[in-house]
Amino acid sequence: MAKNDLIGGSLWEQYSKKVSERMNNPQHFGELTEAEAELMGGRLVIANEGAESCGDTVRLYWIVEDDSEVIRAATFKSFGCGTAIASTDMMAEMCIGKTVDEATKITNLDVERALRDTEDQAAVPPQKMHCSVMAYEVIKQAAAIYRNVDVSTLADKDIVCECARVSLQTIEDAIRINDLTSVEEIVDYTKAGAFCKSCIRPGGHEKRELYLVDILARVREEIELERNPQAKTEDDFAQLSIIKKLRAIEAVLDSDIRPVLARDGGGIELDDLTVDADGITHIAIQYKGACKGCAGSVAGTLSFVQHSLQTRLGDSLRVQVV
Amino acid sequence: MERIYLDNNATTLVDPAVREAMDPFYCHMYGNPNSLHSFGIEVRPYLHRAMEQLYRGIEADDEDDIIINSCATEGNNTVIMGMYFSLLKETRKKRIVTTQLEHPSIREACRFLEAQGVKVTYLAPNRDGLITAEMVAEVVSDKTALVSVMWANNETGLIQPMKEISDVCRERGVYLHTDAVQTIGKVKVSVKEVPVDFLTFSAHKFHGPKGVGGLYLRKGVVLPPLLHGGEQMGGHRAGTVDVAGMVAMGKAMELAVSALEYENREVRRLRDKLEDALLQHKDVMVVGDRNLRTPNTVYVSIRGVEGEAMIWDLNQHGIAASTGSACASESLEASPILTAIGADRELAHTGVRLSLSRFTTETEIDFTIGVIDKAIVRLRQLSTSY
Repeated sequence: MAKNDLIGGSLWEQYSKKVSERMNNPQHFGELTEAEAELMGGRLVIANEGAESCGDTVRLYWIVEDDSEVIRAATFKSFGCGTAIASTDMMAEMCIGKTVDEATKITNLDVERALRDTEDQAAVPPQKMHCSVMAYEVIKQAAAIYRNVDVSTLADKDIVCECARVSLQTIEDAIRINDLTSVEEIVDYTKAGAFCKSCIRPGGHEKRELYLVDILARVREEIELERNPQAKTEDDFAQLSIIKKLRAIEAVLDSDIRPVLARDGGGIELDDLTVDADGITHIAIQYKGACKGCAGSVAGTLSFVQHSLQTRLGDSLRVQVV
Repeated sequence: MERIYLDNNATTLVDPAVREAMDPFYCHMYGNPNSLHSFGIEVRPYLHRAMEQLYRGIEADDEDDIIINSCATEGNNTVIMGMYFSLLKETRKKRIVTTQLEHPSIREACRFLEAQGVKVTYLAPNRDGLITAEMVAEVVSDKTALVSVMWANNETGLIQPMKEISDVCRERGVYLHTDAVQTIGKVKVSVKEVPVDFLTFSAHKFHGPKGVGGLYLRKGVVLPPLLHGGEQMGGHRAGTVDVAGMVAMGKAMELAVSALEYENREVRRLRDKLEDALLQHKDVMVVGDRNLRTPNTVYVSIRGVEGEAMIWDLNQHGIAASTGSACASESLEASPILTAIGADRELAHTGVRLSLSRFTTETEIDFTIGVIDKAIVRLRQLSTSY
């Protein structure tokens, strides 16, 4: 917590002017018909995305010109809040004039960026990002229909979150594209885990095959290795003196862990360090600030802390919370 | 633009008469009532008067206590935490019975105690959104220390059968708490007719200021304080009392109680007018029998219209309402209360709450009906599902 977090944010205050304007007066809503498609010398494509039972839904209409594959017209309909309507409206606009292949490259981030008033001010608060994610996915859906391929070949097979129909691919993409480091962020961006929460971690309402905590840990590991292939110094770590171990751990806490926790107003301190007969280094940590008492701190956050330390310093390290 | 406030279950306008009553205690009579000198002495009659107004307002006996605190959240926490230290922790009474309809200040306080080993039963309401005395009777045992049931619900306005529930609790010798935040000034609250042991309320829900509330304790009930460190409120709640706030709450209570007849007749009429107009549209449903609700509240679901989108459109026309839509909550979760009353997922995403007050006018309601009519047409045109 800090000065700016104590008075919680108001959702609507965080919408950009462009979002408000498009919510009030969407430019591209409505349906397109076969007759219109024929008139324009193109093919009508209608794609649906989202499950209404889980919240927002969107339907995208394209008229794709026969030879050039250029999208000549795009409109939408939506059951959703202001940001869903605004981002879908922007997405439809961005499709117009692009080829189908070009359109599939539009991501939710492009849509969000296009809705910003200024370059460095997000158009919507984090928990509203999922609205633009849906805008991105409906394009994929439309392209699959246009190419007449099974949607599952383009779209994603492994559904991690049944409530919100979020796939493994979507989650992995969201983590990579947005550099997500916590389960909470995954929930904000993809809506996975936002409903029954079963898919967040084992022990929830329903048993799942894939859990967000595990996916996050794996993808983070891949990202860290890609960024810094030399990161692993495990052989060295086990040989270090206690003092040097302490320093190495503090260094990782500073570089990889504290900045992430600080984003949520939390912090972490090293409390104790022991080495057992098997050469395993056990460290005890203490949470500070918002992490203290946070339900996630003993599960997702702890696994993130341990994972980050192991990635940098080797598997001979165990973390526990005091 | 003239604005219209139909979110009175969230907070209310401070009645100008209340504002006037509290005004002298900032720059003139600013003494600490615990002081020995004249500055302290001169404010005390006003506190006594406020107490009179509060006791009369809920028909408390002179032997009972009404503790002035900061809000109902504090009151609710005081009850739950106090019961932990007086009964749950040491005796064989290890159980709390509450409901899935409670305010987070009960729900989360109970969750916190669960981590300390307390067993909590969260009763689910029936299809009408009600917790019946039979449901309570079924789960209360000699291991139960406390039953806590919200008198009227903030989202739906549904009023629970507190009298019957209190009969069950008395018969079984179990303490009963009720969160009466949404009840004061809406329907009659009498601890004489409905003998609860603890009752909590907040001034800002009945045209008093924010930051002051009350906790009623029946005579003989033992409850350790939440805040230690002073003799104020007979040792029940340390901390210098908010003199202006307390005076204001007394005045607000008096006005609210004397306006009950108006609330039940006129506010109800306007609410029903609004509700009837909404029901003119196809595929619109309202939660709960209107006769079982507080007279000022209507919770409506409009098929094909997402809740946040509706209150967005209303806000564009200067009308304030609220939604339980998952979309509009920080967590993207549907309101647990709507889930508890068995609302399907569509309802959980379309629900809009309109809550009136005695300051709501007919002109405002007529204007609102017109705006909602247009918003329904516009949003259904946009909608994939309609």
